[in-house]
Amino acid sequence: MSEKDLKDKDLSDSVDEEKRDFLFITTAGLAVAGGAVTALSLIDTMNPAKDVLALSTTEVDLAPIEEGQSLTVMWRGKPIFIRHRTSEEIRTANNTSINELKHMASDESRVKNPKWLVVVGVCTHLGCVPLGQKVGDNKGEFGGWFCPCHGSHYDTSGRIRKGPAPLNLEVPPYDFVSDEIIKIG
Amino acid sequence: MKEKETENKKGISNWIDERLPVFTFINHNLRDYPTPKNLNYFWNFGSLAGVTLVIMIVTGILLAMQYTANTEMAFDSVERIMRDVNNGWLLRYIHMNGASMFFIIVYIHMFRGLYYGSYKYPREILWMLGVVILLLMMATAFMGYVLPWGQMSFWGATVITNLFSAFPVIGDYIVTFLWGGFSVDNPTLTRFFVLHYLLPFAIVGVVALHLVALHQFGSNNPTGIDVKSEGDTIPFHPYYTVKDYLGLGVYLIVFAFLVFFAPNFLGHPDNYIPANPLQTPAHIVPEWYFLPFYAILRAVPDKLLGVLLMFAAVMVLFFLPWLDKHKIRSANFRPFYKQFYWLFFINCIVLGWVGAMPAEGVYVLISRVATLYYFGFFLIIMPFLSKFEKTTDLPSSISAAVISEKFDNNEPSSAESYVK
Repeated sequence: MSEKDLKDKDLSDSVDEEKRDFLFITTAGLAVAGGAVTALSLIDTMNPAKDVLALSTTEVDLAPIEEGQSLTVMWRGKPIFIRHRTSEEIRTANNTSINELKHMASDESRVKNPKWLVVVGVCTHLGCVPLGQKVGDNKGEFGGWFCPCHGSHYDTSGRIRKGPAPLNLEVPPYDFVSDEIIKIG
Repeated sequence: MKEKETENKKGISNWIDERLPVFTFINHNLRDYPTPKNLNYFWNFGSLAGVTLVIMIVTGILLAMQYTANTEMAFDSVERIMRDVNNGWLLRYIHMNGASMFFIIVYIHMFRGLYYGSYKYPREILWMLGVVILLLMMATAFMGYVLPWGQMSFWGATVITNLFSAFPVIGDYIVTFLWGGFSVDNPTLTRFFVLHYLLPFAIVGVVALHLVALHQFGSNNPTGIDVKSEGDTIPFHPYYTVKDYLGLGVYLIVFAFLVFFAPNFLGHPDNYIPANPLQTPAHIVPEWYFLPFYAILRAVPDKLLGVLLMFAAVMVLFFLPWLDKHKIRSANFRPFYKQFYWLFFINCIVLGWVGAMPAEGVYVLISRVATLYYFGFFLIIMPFLSKFEKTTDLPSSISAAVISEKFDNNEPSSAESYVK
């Protein structure tokens, strides 16, 4: 190869612009795709791991809970309120007119067996645990639960009645495995 | 008038650049940055080391979110990462093999510097900062290896910390201080985890200084001749960005092969046995990247002297610019240095090999000879050659060297004309 050939090679009119664009776009495209896949798999490590997901159901034996008593169990790291409601409590819950409610839901739609109310014990305002599970607790103006953080009152169906919380206490997915055992999750 | 000019520059990037010159900085250091036009692929290893550092920090941060630094839970938390965490195996294998890749890259980077005399005037501080990075890397890698709390972790930590007990009088106090107790135990693990997390950021800081020092005089090059005119250089972008990308692609293929097909090839199976303070494994070896230094340690029959020599093996690198005062940088033009250099290279491999062998019989002899040559190369051969070695003819400039390679014609005048 002579010096002159090299010189000629440098002339811009011998550059195949289309080929360069093609190479540039395919290379950059592949690099971006590879980077994205790598980044996504790395970010995925922060999602719940298999051992965490394996703990996502909890079975509870309801037999020891007398009428009027409550039980708090853990499910996915959160408290679950289980209340064995008295007939009085069930009646008040049922007699409440739906139109009075901030978050409209009938008591029927929130229970599988009216004797048992199962709700997630996390205030829908900012995540505090409401009072009302223990005998001496302040149960709020509606006989359900009262959240001490910002003063939300829940009724005997776990529905929001007064205060800043926007929604009723969440009903977790659960099933009656037998008459007296429920499986949450 | 000045204000008017400012107003005339349109666009958000100009607006920002006016106030915070990031784009000017990037342009200056990664785009127009004049780079010798004859760099070969050995000049890829700096950027590869930088990429590896980033990979290690990213995977390390994600691992730290899953790891538990407690002697009761550390081993199980690592196994949980392997089994339960989404892609946890991938994360850990990248990090584990990334450490090995980092040392491969950095060792090649250093041998490059040694061959082409990159440590010589005016790049002495650049080189010394590199040695600081190496020391930080060694400390970080050692402490990282302790974290899974397997047998090798525990006994590696015990042996390495016990090195300090070799010092008279204060030795035992130092060791107790390092442990935070009377043996390698929970306090040791906790502090090692904290330091293992902290030191990489110190490395980032020193790397930044390393780059500032590099860009002060620019890269060395295979001829070792200074850049004399603009014709000797080409802009960093696109020429070296493209070259670095190609190197990166090849590097990632090797890295990925290790991660996906031989993730435990460079590790030691004993580290999958939970740490047991009551039983030492029959044959304990450090990770491969410490083996040459480990061989030097074992070559010496005296405890203190062995430890001192091992530390000296790294420390001697700091004095390289003053041990080798020969005017010519590149070994290409130093016929004798070149041969001693390759002998030194092989010698390092031999040291690594005997470091992995049991300390008995012929291995002891080999390790002693290799240790002698290791120090002899730096302390005797280098100063001697600085004084007496005659060199072959140097090309008049980088361009001249490039042209003479291309046309086998040594006329510098024609070279210059081609450049212009």
